[in-house]
Amino acid sequence: MTDLQKQIENIKRISGANPEKCMRCGKCTAACPNYSEMEYHPHQFVYFIENGQLDRLLKSDSAFRCMTCFACVERCPRDVKPAKLIEAVRLTLIRRKDSNYLKPDEIPQKIDEDLPQQAIVSAFRKYTK
Amino acid sequence: MQKIGVFICWCGSNIAATVDVKKVAEAALREPGVVFSADYQYMCSESGQRLMKDTIKEKGLTGVVVCSCSPRMHEATFRKAAESCGLNPYMVEIANIREHCSWIHKDIEEATEKAVILMRAAVAKVNLNQSLTAGKSDVVKRALVIGGGIAGIQTALDIAEAGYEVDIVEKKPTIGGKMAELDKTFPTLDCSACILTPKMVDAAAHEKIKIYAYSEVEKVSGFVGNFTATIRKKARYVNENLCTGCGLCTEKCPSRKAPNEFNEGLNTRSAIYIPFAQAVPKLAVIDPAACIHFKTGKCGLCEKTCDAKAIDYNQKDELIERRYGAIVVATGFNVIKLDNFEEYGYAANPDVITSLELERLMNAAGPTGGTLLRPSDKTHPKKIVFVQCVGSRGQRPCDKPYCSKICCMYTAKHSMLIREKYPDTEVYVFYIDVRTPGKNFEEFYRRAVEQYGVHYIKGQVGKVAENEGKLRVYGSDLLLNEQVVIDADLVVLAAAIEPDESAKKIATMLTTSIDTNNFLTEAHPKLRPVESATAGIFLSGVCQGPKDIPETVAQASAAAVKVVGLLAKDQITCNPCVARSDELLCNGCSACEKVCPYGAISYMDKEVNDHGKREVRRLAYVNEAVCQGCGACTVACPSGAMDLKGFTNKQIMAEVDAICR
Ligand SMILES: Cc1cc2nc3c(=O)[nH]c(=O)nc-3n(C[C@H](O)[C@H](O)[C@H](O)COP(=O)(O)OP(=O)(O)OC[C@H]3O[C@@H](n4cnc5c(N)ncnc54)[C@H](O)[C@@H]3O)c2cc1C
Ligand code: SF4
Ligand code: SF4
Ligand code: SF4
Ligand code: SF4
Repeated sequence: MTDLQKQIENIKRISGANPEKCMRCGKCTAACPNYSEMEYHPHQFVYFIENGQLDRLLKSDSAFRCMTCFACVERCPRDVKPAKLIEAVRLTLIRRKDSNYLKPDEIPQKIDEDLPQQAIVSAFRKYTK
Repeated sequence: MQKIGVFICWCGSNIAATVDVKKVAEAALREPGVVFSADYQYMCSESGQRLMKDTIKEKGLTGVVVCSCSPRMHEATFRKAAESCGLNPYMVEIANIREHCSWIHKDIEEATEKAVILMRAAVAKVNLNQSLTAGKSDVVKRALVIGGGIAGIQTALDIAEAGYEVDIVEKKPTIGGKMAELDKTFPTLDCSACILTPKMVDAAAHEKIKIYAYSEVEKVSGFVGNFTATIRKKARYVNENLCTGCGLCTEKCPSRKAPNEFNEGLNTRSAIYIPFAQAVPKLAVIDPAACIHFKTGKCGLCEKTCDAKAIDYNQKDELIERRYGAIVVATGFNVIKLDNFEEYGYAANPDVITSLELERLMNAAGPTGGTLLRPSDKTHPKKIVFVQCVGSRGQRPCDKPYCSKICCMYTAKHSMLIREKYPDTEVYVFYIDVRTPGKNFEEFYRRAVEQYGVHYIKGQVGKVAENEGKLRVYGSDLLLNEQVVIDADLVVLAAAIEPDESAKKIATMLTTSIDTNNFLTEAHPKLRPVESATAGIFLSGVCQGPKDIPETVAQASAAAVKVVGLLAKDQITCNPCVARSDELLCNGCSACEKVCPYGAISYMDKEVNDHGKREVRRLAYVNEAVCQGCGACTVACPSGAMDLKGFTNKQIMAEVDAICR
């Protein structure tokens, strides 16, 4: 299994969604209120994952543009749960190895009085490898 | 001791590729009673049957085991062959080594072992088989058709034309079904009423057909060839022998707010009404829920108006008992309720309608006299959006998992009719797939696109919202990979269809089966499409599965042929494998009577001689003509008195022993 295939399997596992159930009706995209902000749309997330084109999704910022409003999940007649797949793509991006999203030297500028210290610690853990 | 011959069929390679047939043949010779065994390429072929017949004669066989396919396929074939050379047909048993063995196993050794075991069980049974003689019962030469849509009408006409009496029981005040509501029909666009009403009239006029409209079948007992049905004729509060159908009463009736069912609730009707101009029978009927007289005791205008003196407020439901040889179910369908599909705003917005409502809005006899007007403000819609697959092919609780089959075609029909009549109207159709298999169907749909300029968009609609007097439709265009937004005047939803809500009740009443979607189940999906699994019960029209009118009519005529084939017989052969209770063992406990689904068991007091002791006992008695041989009673009987001929407890135990040996 290639890395990409492993990642796809992982996405299916953590999302609990099955893209093979999709009948390509596009109702998810029709219902998406954030359509114009996203490069790729919910039906494309489903289709790309099903067809091994995860890399396209990983290169796009669409996963972060999704508002997780779940309109697509609610409307999908086949119970595919596109937003859950999108969430899993987001997690895959965030948890990627060797990518430091938060560098220790950036932290002092981020601290302000209202920010709980705990948040910084957990962000540091989550977004740093 | 029996002299048993065992024949092992190869079924070409179906069996022989997975089961070592020679080994099975050898093993058979070691079984008690077996005097002959052979394997053969196709036992069901003429030469295969000849081999069996010759051996029966030469070896004087008293029993036969054929190891082959399912008894549902060829049990009858082999029994007939045995009978033709003097062997009682019930001395032949089938060991199913195809469906139960070769088809489901891969390993030859394992499959062969299992085939040997199945053969052994069948031999053990035949050793205990006894000759059985089937009784005969008379056939009542009349058929009952439940449901008077196009399916029921066609079936009844064909049966009547063949010379047999037939009754149609229709629950609505008129026959005609959904087809009576349609405007034009695909694929030829002829007017629905023009082709349907002559058939309705023919049915009413036919001397062999009796129509019980506004009636329901309440109870059915009996068995193939001899059913008894109780029909409830609901009170119309109008004497049908006097009413002339003039309709004067309907004009005078002051209560005019009842939703008009025939127009899908798009307008209202009076409390006393005639469903539509060509209704059959053309009789008035009072809806007591809307009638002022029934609510307050006042009014009585219709009674005063009616010159024929037909109004009868005291009329009561009538129960009629009739006997039938065959029953046809033709209870049809309804479009699903769309209240749970809030994304399309059907309940919230009057300008979001179903396709069936559109049929009424386009129909000259409909609420708008055939002019297409928006229900909300009665203006001409200039932009119309059709949404296909609403509630079909989905997996949410409100969805149906199947394709409703007719919607692609009627949506193409609707869009063409609208573009023809109102060329300045823009029409959009959102589709997931366009499914148009059928003679001239694809050509029909292409005409909508190519000749009539209907915009077909591949994608589904996700939301319909009211927006400044228009309907804002959010859809997706998957080929452009874009979300599209259309401000429409009218949205038409192709709602899924489902079997009539009475299907389940009817199936239970007739002891036949329905599938998970409540469509009645045919006896074989390919080879017996119009028979139910219960003898004497036949299926016609959409109650069996979604279909359009041409298919419905074809199936209706097919069902009629099956009925005629049955009614043409004076007597039918009963199943001899029926239950019997042993007088000396039965203690009259009634356990069997309680479980018998056919009401075949009764009790009688009878003097028995129990080893010299004479006494009168209450004993179970099975009516052999009614018993269907289901075996429920044999399991329920605590004293082991009840036994099923051909499947006795001893035989079953011998089979189990043979398997466990
Ligand atoms: C919007 C729409 C448009 C269509 N357009 C076309 C078209 O253009 N061309 C085409 O070929 N097909 C068309 N069809 C399909 C067509 O309507 C059906 O194929 C046809 O009506 C099926 O006939 P049926 O007799 O099986 O069922 P129905 O027409 O439903 O008739 C069943 C009858 O049985 C009665 N009934 C039900 N239960 C009982 C009971 N328990 N006791 C007594 N009576 C009972 C009902 O009242 C009804 O009268 C269309 C369907 C729809 C929804
Ligand atoms: S959850 Fe995301 S993709 Fe789904 S409809 Fe909402 S914004 Fe669009
Ligand atoms: S709504 Fe569901 S079935 Fe339709 S395209 Fe989106 S994920 Fe696939
Ligand atoms: S008695 Fe009832 S049905 Fe007759 S006219 Fe009055 S309201 Fe109408
Ligand atoms: S086998 Fe018994 S339970 Fe079944 S139909 Fe016959 S009498 Fe009734």
